[in-house]
Amino acid sequence: MPTLKTAALTGALGLSAVMPLAAHAEEIQLLNASYDPTRELYQDYNTLFSQWYEKQTGDSVTVEQSHGGSGGQSRSVIDGLPADVVTLALGYDIDAIADRTGKIPEDWQRAFPHHSAPYTSTIVFLVRKGNPKHIQDWDDLTKPGIEVITPNPKTSGGARWNFLAAWVAVLKRELGDLGKLDDPQYADDVASAQAAARQYVATLYQHVPVLDSGARGATNTFVQRGLGDVLLAWENEAFLATEELGEDQFDIVVPAVSILTEPPVAVVSGNIERKGDSAREAASAYLEHLYSPEAQKLIAANYYRPIAPQAADPEDIARFPDLELHTIDEIFGGWREAQATYFDDGGVFDTIYQP
Amino acid sequence: MSQRQSMLPGFGLSLGVTVLAISLLVMIPLLALVTRSAELGLGGIWQTLADRRVMAAFRVSFSTAFAAALLNLFMGLVVAWVLVRYPLPCKRLWDSLIDLPFALPTAVAGIVLTTLYAPNGWLGRWFAEFGLQVAFTPLGITIALIFIGLPFVVRTVEPILQDLDRQQEEASTSLGASRWQTFRRVLLPPLVPALLTGFSLAFARGLGEYGSVIFIAGNMPMKSEIVPLLIVTKLEQYNYPGATVIALASLVVAFVMLLVVNGLQQWTRKRTGRE
Repeated sequence: MPTLKTAALTGALGLSAVMPLAAHAEEIQLLNASYDPTRELYQDYNTLFSQWYEKQTGDSVTVEQSHGGSGGQSRSVIDGLPADVVTLALGYDIDAIADRTGKIPEDWQRAFPHHSAPYTSTIVFLVRKGNPKHIQDWDDLTKPGIEVITPNPKTSGGARWNFLAAWVAVLKRELGDLGKLDDPQYADDVASAQAAARQYVATLYQHVPVLDSGARGATNTFVQRGLGDVLLAWENEAFLATEELGEDQFDIVVPAVSILTEPPVAVVSGNIERKGDSAREAASAYLEHLYSPEAQKLIAANYYRPIAPQAADPEDIARFPDLELHTIDEIFGGWREAQATYFDDGGVFDTIYQP
Repeated sequence: MSQRQSMLPGFGLSLGVTVLAISLLVMIPLLALVTRSAELGLGGIWQTLADRRVMAAFRVSFSTAFAAALLNLFMGLVVAWVLVRYPLPCKRLWDSLIDLPFALPTAVAGIVLTTLYAPNGWLGRWFAEFGLQVAFTPLGITIALIFIGLPFVVRTVEPILQDLDRQQEEASTSLGASRWQTFRRVLLPPLVPALLTGFSLAFARGLGEYGSVIFIAGNMPMKSEIVPLLIVTKLEQYNYPGATVIALASLVVAFVMLLVVNGLQQWTRKRTGRE
């Protein structure tokens, strides 16, 4: 036994003699607070990033994931969840962390390219196989006898995107050219288009039999409970649903116009500072690297629209249909404004249910 | 009552522990609720509660919790009676089944019930034949609350039933009372306090229940939206004072109802001479 011990000791000593070469190699742990449908994407990306980062710097990074509804995740971080980076469903949830805790700088959207949204998606329709109710576009959703499944915009980030996508579609139908929105010359047209949008959305929600609290819940209601004729869903969720549950059950219908959903990312500076410089660099690199060609390829494989499609597999890109997409900044003046106008207490959504 | 030394030692210590536990675990959190609500001022509190949607949610929550507790009152009595008085095969198994709603994560219960009672579910499809939709209506909420509330009544009534002296029933019968009279006059009175406790526990739990209800409720504003969901909705909008106001209101009403039930209990105890 003694010999073994000595051998182990010399071995350890020998090892520590070599160690100084890589003395700065650290073990870093990061926590990424994300929303529900990104589970599969970040599982893949974390492996990709750890390998790449270790090759670059010698530091080994383990990223832990926390998933939940986007709003709930944002609230957890506000209440003290020590997340180092947040990758949420909508900018408003990151704004909330910035406003309420100061742990994220006010101008976080400028920290990374493309408004800090390394991938995008949109809102599409999921219908039953063969599209028995002939649903082609937004106007078909409010026809008699159609039941629409979408969650409650008060509690679900995805539902807010659905609501705004419908709104954009009506504006486009009424105005033809959305450039008129900012043109004072067309103020009257814009006002009547906005009124039409409000009318349409009110009718739309009369076709909703169940308001689930989250996007995954709504998907279950449509897929498992068999309720409704059409599900308003994230494109990536719709792909996942057809992929996982068999393409013989559902079809994806793409409307002519929809909203460009931009799920943003940010470093929670207030939390990462305590962990030291190398952790801060790693957290920043973690989000930065989402824009790299390898990551963009991975993003497309996970059904999100990459912002650099040239890096992705052409087969993956071919899955994404062409449609006219508009951003929230362009139509609604950003999330803060949209939230206040449409979803806060007393906002447009509440008036829909006023008897 | 004279100043008599208690037979058992440790009065000071146990009182200390009680006061500490109640303050740390109950009073301080409740106090936080009150102070947080106070941020809004009386006007704000009134405005939050007088909202039609909030009132509708209170109506839904109270009526479903009440209906479920009432049904559990009868079903719980029958179940407890059967478990105590009849020789059942695998009695132990049945007995532990009663506790399952306590042990099951409420979200699981909710999802299971929704799957069963959805229009395409095993049970829901039969109801659908008669044009009755269970899941995603207040009826579904009531069913979820019956499920989670049943053990409260069974478990409070069971020990009392076990302690009942059968000789009293025999005496009652031999003195010429009918079965109904024996039940009404001999059996029921000692059970009433336990039944009321079970009822109030089930009712209070039903008011606050979120996990098992949220899946089956449908959550339509003004129709099947429960109070706890409104609280979550307010939190989701970072409206913490608004959420606490609703929570506090629901708590106050529940507290008053519990007080009333307690009063009823006292009264029945006195009336039946069991004080």
